[in-house]
Amino acid sequence: MTTMQKLLQLPVNAVNIVKTVQSQVQGQEEDKSPVLTPDGGQQAWYNALQPDELRHLRSGGSGGGGGGGGGGDKEEKAPLEEGGSSLQSQPLRHDDLKEMLDSNKDSLKLEAMKRIVAMIARGKNASDLFPAVVKNVACKNIEVKKLVYVYLVRYAEEQQDLALLSISTFQRGLKDPNQLIRASALRVLSSIRVTIIVPIMMLAIKEAASDMSPYVRKTAAHAIPKLYSLDPEQKDQLIEVIEKLLADKTTLVAGSVVMAFEEVCPERIDLIHKNYRKLCNLLIDVEEWGQVVIINMLTRYARTQFLNPNINESLLEEGSSSDKTFYGSEEDEDDEEEKEKKAEAVAIAKRKPYVMDPDHRLLLRNTKPLLQSRNAAVVMAVAQLYFHLAPKAEVGVIAKALVRLLRSHSEVQYVVLQNVATMTIKRRGMFEPYLKSFYIRSTDPTQIKILKLEVLTNLANETNISTILREFQTYIKSMDKDFVAATIQAIGRCATNIGEVRDTCLNGLVQLLSNRDELVVAESVVVIKKLLQMQPEKHSDIIKHMAKLTDNIQVPMARASILWLIGEYCEHVPKIAPDVLRKMAKSFTNEEDIVKLQIINLAAKLYLTNSKQTKLLTQYVLNLAKYDQNYDIRDRARFIRQLIVPTEKSGALSKYAKKLFLALKPAPVLESPFKDRDHFQLGSLSHLLNAKAGGYQELPDWPEAAPDPSVRNVEVFALLERVTTLTSVPEWTKCSSREKRKEKKVEKPFYSDSEGESGPTESADSESDSASSSERSSGSSDSGSGSESEESEEASDSEEEEEDEEEKDKKKKKKKKETKKPRQQSESEQTSDEEEKKRERKSKQCKSDSESESEEEESESESSQSESEESESEAEVKKKKAAESKPPPKPVKKESKKEKKEMSLLDLDDFEPAPSPQVTPVNTFLSNSLVTDLEGLSLSDTVLSPATISPSSALKNYELLHRITGEGLSVEYCFSRQPFSPDGNMVAVQMQFTNSATADAKSLHMEDVKLQSGMRVKEFPEIELLPAGETATAVMGIDFCDSTQAANFQLCTHTRKFFVSIQPPVGELMRPVFLTENEFKKEQGQLMGMNEITEKLTLDAKCRNEHSIVQRVTTAVNVSRVPCGSDKECSPPVPPPAAPVHRFAGRTVTSGSLVLITVVTKEEGAAQLTVNCEKMLIGTMLVKDVLLALTQ
Amino acid sequence: MIHSLFLINRSGDIFLEKHWKSVISRSVCDYFFEAKEKAVEPEDVPPVLQTPHHYLISIFRGKLFFLSVIQTEIPPLFVIEFLHRVADTMQDYFGECSESVLKDNVVTVYELLEEMLDNGFPLATESNVLKEMIRPPTILRSVVNTLTGGSNVGGTLPTGQLSNIPWRRAGVKYTNNEAYFDVIEEIDAIVDKSGSTVFAEIQGVIEACVRLSGMPDLTLSFMNPRLLDDVSFHPCVRYKRWESERVLSFIPPDGNFILMNYHVSSQNLVAIPVYAKQSISFFETGSCGRLDITIGPKQAMGKTVESLMVRIHMPKAVLSANLTATQGNYTYDLATKVLVWDIGKLNPQKLPNLRGSLTTQAGAPKPEDNPSLNIEFKIQQLAISGLKVSRLDMHGEKYKPFKGVKYLTKAGKFQVRT
Repeated sequence: MTTMQKLLQLPVNAVNIVKTVQSQVQGQEEDKSPVLTPDGGQQAWYNALQPDELRHLRSGGSGGGGGGGGGGDKEEKAPLEEGGSSLQSQPLRHDDLKEMLDSNKDSLKLEAMKRIVAMIARGKNASDLFPAVVKNVACKNIEVKKLVYVYLVRYAEEQQDLALLSISTFQRGLKDPNQLIRASALRVLSSIRVTIIVPIMMLAIKEAASDMSPYVRKTAAHAIPKLYSLDPEQKDQLIEVIEKLLADKTTLVAGSVVMAFEEVCPERIDLIHKNYRKLCNLLIDVEEWGQVVIINMLTRYARTQFLNPNINESLLEEGSSSDKTFYGSEEDEDDEEEKEKKAEAVAIAKRKPYVMDPDHRLLLRNTKPLLQSRNAAVVMAVAQLYFHLAPKAEVGVIAKALVRLLRSHSEVQYVVLQNVATMTIKRRGMFEPYLKSFYIRSTDPTQIKILKLEVLTNLANETNISTILREFQTYIKSMDKDFVAATIQAIGRCATNIGEVRDTCLNGLVQLLSNRDELVVAESVVVIKKLLQMQPEKHSDIIKHMAKLTDNIQVPMARASILWLIGEYCEHVPKIAPDVLRKMAKSFTNEEDIVKLQIINLAAKLYLTNSKQTKLLTQYVLNLAKYDQNYDIRDRARFIRQLIVPTEKSGALSKYAKKLFLALKPAPVLESPFKDRDHFQLGSLSHLLNAKAGGYQELPDWPEAAPDPSVRNVEVFALLERVTTLTSVPEWTKCSSREKRKEKKVEKPFYSDSEGESGPTESADSESDSASSSERSSGSSDSGSGSESEESEEASDSEEEEEDEEEKDKKKKKKKKETKKPRQQSESEQTSDEEEKKRERKSKQCKSDSESESEEEESESESSQSESEESESEAEVKKKKAAESKPPPKPVKKESKKEKKEMSLLDLDDFEPAPSPQVTPVNTFLSNSLVTDLEGLSLSDTVLSPATISPSSALKNYELLHRITGEGLSVEYCFSRQPFSPDGNMVAVQMQFTNSATADAKSLHMEDVKLQSGMRVKEFPEIELLPAGETATAVMGIDFCDSTQAANFQLCTHTRKFFVSIQPPVGELMRPVFLTENEFKKEQGQLMGMNEITEKLTLDAKCRNEHSIVQRVTTAVNVSRVPCGSDKECSPPVPPPAAPVHRFAGRTVTSGSLVLITVVTKEEGAAQLTVNCEKMLIGTMLVKDVLLALTQ
Repeated sequence: MIHSLFLINRSGDIFLEKHWKSVISRSVCDYFFEAKEKAVEPEDVPPVLQTPHHYLISIFRGKLFFLSVIQTEIPPLFVIEFLHRVADTMQDYFGECSESVLKDNVVTVYELLEEMLDNGFPLATESNVLKEMIRPPTILRSVVNTLTGGSNVGGTLPTGQLSNIPWRRAGVKYTNNEAYFDVIEEIDAIVDKSGSTVFAEIQGVIEACVRLSGMPDLTLSFMNPRLLDDVSFHPCVRYKRWESERVLSFIPPDGNFILMNYHVSSQNLVAIPVYAKQSISFFETGSCGRLDITIGPKQAMGKTVESLMVRIHMPKAVLSANLTATQGNYTYDLATKVLVWDIGKLNPQKLPNLRGSLTTQAGAPKPEDNPSLNIEFKIQQLAISGLKVSRLDMHGEKYKPFKGVKYLTKAGKFQVRT
């Protein structure tokens, strides 16, 4: 006993002493005991000898209990005195324990319970204490209670009647306000396997399934399989509960309920449909054990619902094009159309080209990160999912993760290697790069060695065989003979599979024949025999060599192999064969059975080929065999004699004897034992054992035609709601203060749907992941504008339909597209008409750029890129020409008009294009720069005179210096939203100086710029003179580093210095970019998770129409609108959805991170705002600003 | 799911059993004992055994077998991983996972097992959650509990159980806030007879010891994250951040934990810090052999190689070794036939050498194969891959934590074939 333990026990002992003193009142016997007198001197001695033990021993001897137990006690006492501890195994007689349990001291009860539990743990029977224990089920002390629960669960089954006494306590517990108590009451109630209470359990489970606390719901999910195993007749009711819990949105419940699903009703795959996407999305947040179960279940689900992604491997020769479809659902859309066209063209093609269901893709995408899990079971689950479900080109990703697991515990290695072995047979290429990771160390356990060998053998091909054989050579020298034998077999397999090395291998193996270890030789013989069968004529010398071995080799299998070989190829060794038979005939009686059989075979064959020399020998052998003990051998002898020795009776058959015996035998195929194991789901127990385990669910084959994917669609409303609950939580931002975050979270807890009991929840990146992906799915179902789900519907619908129908469909689609395009064109024509009208009123210069603009609007993609390039190059040009001349004020005016046009362009589908001065800034920005570029004019300070900006009245002026503090000088600034030509990463700030003083202000300049790290400022050029009453403007550039930190500096005149600061609203930290809707969606898809924030809002009464929304958003944020015309292109034939979607795109100025804003409007001014931005901080602030803009 | 668990010591005694469903007789273990008899080493016992009515899945940890009984299909890794988690938890609670310790704390063990599984399905496996429900035994606590009548069992549901970060306890408080990270790299290598490397790779792990109050949000970034080829994370690490920025962003669990495991891409050439010149030969006659081993530094990046140790699994026929070591000392265990040469620090000026003769069993044939050398060493303050932590930032809490990073390179499975 360590001192530590002693110390630990001290207090317990102390209690016991106190206890005993108290119990003196009850038990008079104890009074008599001399040891008990509580005097100090003796207490020290107690401690050493564990006084409580003494006490009980004593009371055991003198207490009311019978003496029957005494003997047993003594037995147990002995080991205790040696070194047991007080808790572990006190051989208390049950009476004492009962006594302790009956006392009203919790500490005594606890002590007793601990001892009882210790007994249970050791497997000792404690069932006769049941009545005493069960009384304490309502004990206040939580530890006692827990231990009583442990006891109850263990023995309730045996004492059903008594167990019923406890039920009411649990029923009370189920109503407790404390969720832990509710949960544990349910847990125990469902764990005591007493059939009478099935109805009570059913009721409790049903109630708990709708409990507020997700923890209780989880417990309910756990209870389902318990009840099911107790009474399978409850299945139908339980399925209802499962169905309900499957719809649960918390990650806590997901794993457990899927587990219940798998145990109770794995065949009810239809229950999963509605929850499929949710499960995929929640997956990363579910605890690891749940992940395993869910992934395995989803693998099966996917096998029933999706098409085989590798189906067109053979159908489509152009492998590259088929590969393309596998990437990105967005691309799928395009590819899909392409494919369809192709299919049309190749009308002969019987099957439709494969298109992956977006839900299939969702599953693959959402499980992939889990390959990085620390839990080997999760990694394996994902690996098998990819193996069974992923397109061939993508399966490779799992190899690395599986190889990583080889570093883990040997048991993990064992299982992983088994699965790798199966995988290598099907997809060798996947693991080839990791060949060396399977090299064997002498310290590996034998079973691991053999599995690694298996993998190495499977991986062998022409290119790597030499390295592998070199490795094998070192293995052969190993001390582990089982391993050596396996290596020899592996060499044999390599030799049969790879023709080039057959001779090398054979030679190597022949060398092994002189090995001193008999096992090695024997194994070699067996393998050589198999190899020789392939080309025996070339190797008669080897056969001769082996014939010699018969003298030495004792291993039966090897001897039998040699004999068979000689018999089979006796014509190659005509001289030796009879001699061998002679020797064998001598030792026949001492041979093993298999050897005897082969001797008979050899004799028969020799008799047929060389009867002259061997006739007598054969007869002798057959005679010996006739009286053998083994009936098999006797039978064989009789049979062969009839066959080969011609007699009158057996004339017919013996003619064919030669044909029968000397027929060419096909060479054996050396196969991996792991071949075809993949019909079991990898990673499963059944796969490991290569036998169906109880409860194994077969992995179904891919369906011929995909079932209707729409079954997975979920009503928009429910989804949307969830989206907000999931995503409305602020992201992890570096700067946002902890408290803030917490507060918010309390308001809207993450997964626990705002239940009172759930505390502040925290989230990791995974959270956002799931949130985002759920968003994704919702997006797909709600918007209806080119959403994936609908497309997939379409796709698979058409797949199911007959060909001609398909074609019709396609035609329709085509038509649709065609009709759409013209419409767009006409619209743009229309606008250009308008334009022309206006143009007449305008100067000619604007022509070119307005055209380019409208083009820009129409043309898709590239634009953003080329745009930025353009502006960059412009910037350079401008630099050179800076501060030269003034551009004419005309472009400005043009702009304003153009803007109107732009609006109408954007509002293609809008009823009344209500022109407004507000611009989608990209156009302003573009046009402006274009203008300057075209006109060869350069920007100067005056370019941006207030007049320039005024048209977009939205540009808000901020005060930098008030007239009074500035002693007559007032300065205002605004963010001009123009590119700042000297440095593209800076935000242009236009300042307007007004001198309302009486005196002139001279040499206005800035000084002493104080900036946060990373920020830069390009100062405005000094204004030499600002006469009284005049105004002047200047432009400065500030690189805010994508933060809203203020830039502080001093504004100096010739007399004074003013401390001023410029703080940008977050909306000004970006510049608009042009994206098409498809691009937008694609980008949005990449900016999910933490990078996405969704908020619900109610639009201001004045801003319910599309136009004002666009205006308000673009006023608040410098972004450009994504044209919604393309909406129509992708939308299905069904009428366009009622919810218009407005999309805006921009990039932050410094880092160029994309900022995507989506506003979805619904009835009654309800709307939903989504901001996707890589910079989460910016995203968060942006949401606030846009919300403000839209609601006020 | 997991039906029952038996803890079995090396000599085959069942000293603890726990059933999550109805009781299964311990006689089911007989199948396991049978397999154990057959196996030469405990590691050779197949982890999965099939019996007529049950499946037995076992692991071998710390001289103990954790044997679970399964009745229906379940991914074997699920069980294996869980059993290891049980062993980890025990280690975490009691400092070690041995028979005597588990026996001493049998009630706590039982309570833990009760919490970890419900009906055979894992319920709470995060050590921080468990620690809130069942507090680990300490001397102080047991004294206090005795005096106040308190218990080791928590009365409320741990916050971790409900939150999205089950790995962290709420309300952690420290007076000294500190965060230490140990970057430990192991070189796995196979070196052949001639001294050329057959196979070498670096496996790294970042072990963290974080004792920070409140809910700190840490960001650990590397100078050269591209080195890392394959990684696996503690669930606390935000995968997205790693994907996009190659930084580790996480809310740490409280206490010791493994933050990440990584594998350095095999394209990088692995520096092998030591070489071994060896000649082991057995003579055909005279039942003896010679052994001569010299260890020298190869590419140690200017650091000293410490704790150098050579371990040789001798052929069964070797009876004794009569050797002299110029540095360190050697032992030869007759029972396991393992020769251990503990060298210590490697002095590049004077290379350690071990030579002498081996006696083999008279009459036994000359051992076929020469035993390979397993070399162990440590190099302090060096991550052999060159990985460097660039900074650790903390958000979410106001105090300034004390931060530390330590590097260590050691031999993993480093084997020299002879």
